[in-house]
Amino acid sequence: MASLIGSYSLIFGLGCSVLIIFFSVKDFNKSGNLNSKVISFTFLQLFFIVVSFFGLILSFVNSDFSNETVFNHSHTTKPLFYKITGTWGNHEGSLLLWLLVLTLFIFLFLLSSKKEPKKYRILTLLFQQVIIFGFFIFVIKTSNPFSYIFPIPTEGLGLNPILQDPALAIHPPILYLGYVGSSIIFSSVLAATTLNYITKQWAKDIKKWILVSWIFLTLGILLGSIWAYYELGWGGFWFWDPVENVSLMPWLALTTLLHCILVLEKRLILTSWVIILSIATFTLSMCGTFLVRSGILNSVHTFANDPERGLFILIFLFCLIFLSFFVFFFFHKIENRNTSNFFWLSKETSILINNWFMMYFLSVVLIGTIYPIFLEVISSEKISVGPPFYNKLIIPFLIPFLFAIAIGPKLNWIKSDFKNKKYLLLFLIVSLILSIFIVKNFKIDFLLNTILITSAFFLFFVTLRDLIVRQFTNLSQSVAHFGFSLLILSILLNNIFSTEIITNLKIGETFQSEKLKINFESLEHADKQNYKSLVGKFSIESFDGKVVVLNPELRIYNQPNIITSEADIKTNLLTDKFITMNIVHNQDYFNIRYQTKPYMVWIWISVLLISCGGLISFLRKKYEK
Amino acid sequence: MKNNFFLILTTIIFSLIFYVFYKSLQNPNIYKPNIETGKKIPNFEAKIFGTDTIISSDEIFKNNKYYLVNIWASWCAPCRVEHPLLMELTSQEDLEIIGINYKDNILNAKKFLKELNNPYNIIISDKNGILGIEWGAYGVPETFLIYNNRIIKKIIGPLNESFIIEINELIK
Amino acid sequence: MRFLKYLLIIIFIFSFNYSYAKENLQNKITKNLRCLICQGQSVYDSDSEFANSVKLIVKKKLDNGLSEKQIYNFLKDKYGKWILYDPEFNKNTYFLWLLPIFIFVIGGITIFKLFIIRKN
Repeated sequence: MASLIGSYSLIFGLGCSVLIIFFSVKDFNKSGNLNSKVISFTFLQLFFIVVSFFGLILSFVNSDFSNETVFNHSHTTKPLFYKITGTWGNHEGSLLLWLLVLTLFIFLFLLSSKKEPKKYRILTLLFQQVIIFGFFIFVIKTSNPFSYIFPIPTEGLGLNPILQDPALAIHPPILYLGYVGSSIIFSSVLAATTLNYITKQWAKDIKKWILVSWIFLTLGILLGSIWAYYELGWGGFWFWDPVENVSLMPWLALTTLLHCILVLEKRLILTSWVIILSIATFTLSMCGTFLVRSGILNSVHTFANDPERGLFILIFLFCLIFLSFFVFFFFHKIENRNTSNFFWLSKETSILINNWFMMYFLSVVLIGTIYPIFLEVISSEKISVGPPFYNKLIIPFLIPFLFAIAIGPKLNWIKSDFKNKKYLLLFLIVSLILSIFIVKNFKIDFLLNTILITSAFFLFFVTLRDLIVRQFTNLSQSVAHFGFSLLILSILLNNIFSTEIITNLKIGETFQSEKLKINFESLEHADKQNYKSLVGKFSIESFDGKVVVLNPELRIYNQPNIITSEADIKTNLLTDKFITMNIVHNQDYFNIRYQTKPYMVWIWISVLLISCGGLISFLRKKYEK
Repeated sequence: MKNNFFLILTTIIFSLIFYVFYKSLQNPNIYKPNIETGKKIPNFEAKIFGTDTIISSDEIFKNNKYYLVNIWASWCAPCRVEHPLLMELTSQEDLEIIGINYKDNILNAKKFLKELNNPYNIIISDKNGILGIEWGAYGVPETFLIYNNRIIKKIIGPLNESFIIEINELIK
Repeated sequence: MRFLKYLLIIIFIFSFNYSYAKENLQNKITKNLRCLICQGQSVYDSDSEFANSVKLIVKKKLDNGLSEKQIYNFLKDKYGKWILYDPEFNKNTYFLWLLPIFIFVIGGITIFKLFIIRKN
């Protein structure tokens, strides 16, 4: 029943698109306020999608296996929470989520843009409807979440235990609010370009949407990394996996866009950058969707491999791209620059340099991700592009980038001088000394690392000082940049100081090194709802006498027949202690991997700080009216 | 002028990108390793199953026959499934079946063979999986058809009827 | 000052043997190898049968005195280039490595030109 309602709701939603387009086109050239019918139908479209979405959720909760999606991705013994979250953990359901965010955002946009020009609002709505209409067709024709199967099976197939995790459950909705939310920026920039409305006023209005999308995208990526760290069990949090890259690329474009819009708010420059970046962000999101769902990428995250769906998204994506080209090339007039006030050592330059570096990083990730596809088509050679590539191309460039972030914001719009900036030199020297100390004492490769750590510390001190001294002026910038410096610093220090011990132990055995003792005390068996659990008890004694007890677990599932290894992690502000236990075939010992990972939690905190910076900016807008 | 140039340039670039993506959709994405037929078999030495005697690859493949090298283990479920098909192949006179017992416990392996019969002319032990890597294998089960010290066919995963038919064709 | 920055950047680009810490060579190699039966894990990270066998082979070959390159060549011969995470710099990958650098340089030149125009 729920599926039936959901199914019809979807079609009604599609019908709303037609009505919305009709009424808004009719209203376009009329004077006066926006026809309330347009807003009503936009709301109605949102309403139908919500109903459809709930229809799918209910079908999952009721384990309605007559619905093919539910059959493929759910199971009667799945806990309720995961039945609900399983709704968007599959291809069809996630597309409904796309539609939900698309319609929600355009409705909120209409509500919050009452003071803006009517033609602009209608055109934004129309561009967004193009996207929405395309997705409706995509869903109904190729990925319908409400298709029936008969005879109705008694049990479902979907019980992959790795997917039953709280972080993984909320990761998609948050990520989508960011990812899909950039659609509104896309539509609005195309509308504004057509109407020659790329102005400071427009920038002020679109900024809040950019912030919302950016904050959610940052948090979404953070959640994905946290999940990978806690759940996948090998202690890493970023693998340059194609699907991770695909979420990073819109983030890079969006961050650059954010900086440009902050400039555009105040001075009428960088308009071409803003337009291109807005188009690029959403295009990259869609491109990501294409790469993940079409089956041409090989990764941990891939959904079903379906080339037919891939073809649809590909064509849709390129239609949108060519549409944006058309709008950009025919309507955009480059602003008249007042060049008399230009000085090279200024804030405008530092934003340009920021754009330059960010676009470089974006190109590295983009090329690294799609090059193997190109190579395979052109020459049938299959290569991998993994962490060594990204590390080699990104890390050296981080050094000047970090310096630029430290110095850039201090420059004035017009002329800058360096009086009262002696503290910068002081920080530089302190950073250099600290970094030489670390490098010399921990025996790591000298030159590159020294300068890298120096620049990270330098940015750290500079932003910390800004936070303390400047307090509430430019708070969002201080917090976000400080967060970024903390992120780089924690990743660096984590990398340098992490230790690992891999050994084979039988129950009762002890591993001893000069720094610590690992004692495999016991192994407990237990029978859980859908798996057999083996929990090992390990006591780790460090040389100063402190003892930590860790309990890694092995889960032996029946259906499907797999064994997962659940790490036990003890976290505190200084370090994480991380242990995993693995079965060795045909042997009576276990393979134990014990890692210490310092400053791990600061990596998460720093990303939170970065999003807080965005949040502060968003809230301040409300008070600055 | 300048605008038109950029428009044409970007249109061309994106059309090319579209074309490449379009073509890539046509290829299936399951990576099949370079099954360079005609690749030479690796040179190795291994212990004969259940003993400490070492035998070399030269000795194993000395005859002018077809050899079927099958990597198996008692803990591998698909190996059970394909085993009867291997037994069928023992009737082929020109074919010698060599087994590589992969990362297995001797007692369990012996039990496996007792239960399902032994199709192998020779079995060698690969206790730690190194021999499997020499053959370029991913795991179990995998099967190689050899002639003249060269790999004629590589089958990843369990054997099935169509593979058996293919093998029978090839050894004629 | 600008030129100094560019010079520094170019020097660092060519320090291709970049590594954070003096990891032992075994770890460095296994981190660069893809576990072929896992989805997106390196041999170092994975505990699968395949990965464990590869780790053993790497250790054995290192003990026999083979160099990093020789070990990679051995595995490439068995499994194809796909097993290596580091795309080496050869005729297939010129564009891969050079295109981003090219973009960076073009970006730099454009900004530089902007200054020259503006200054006059």
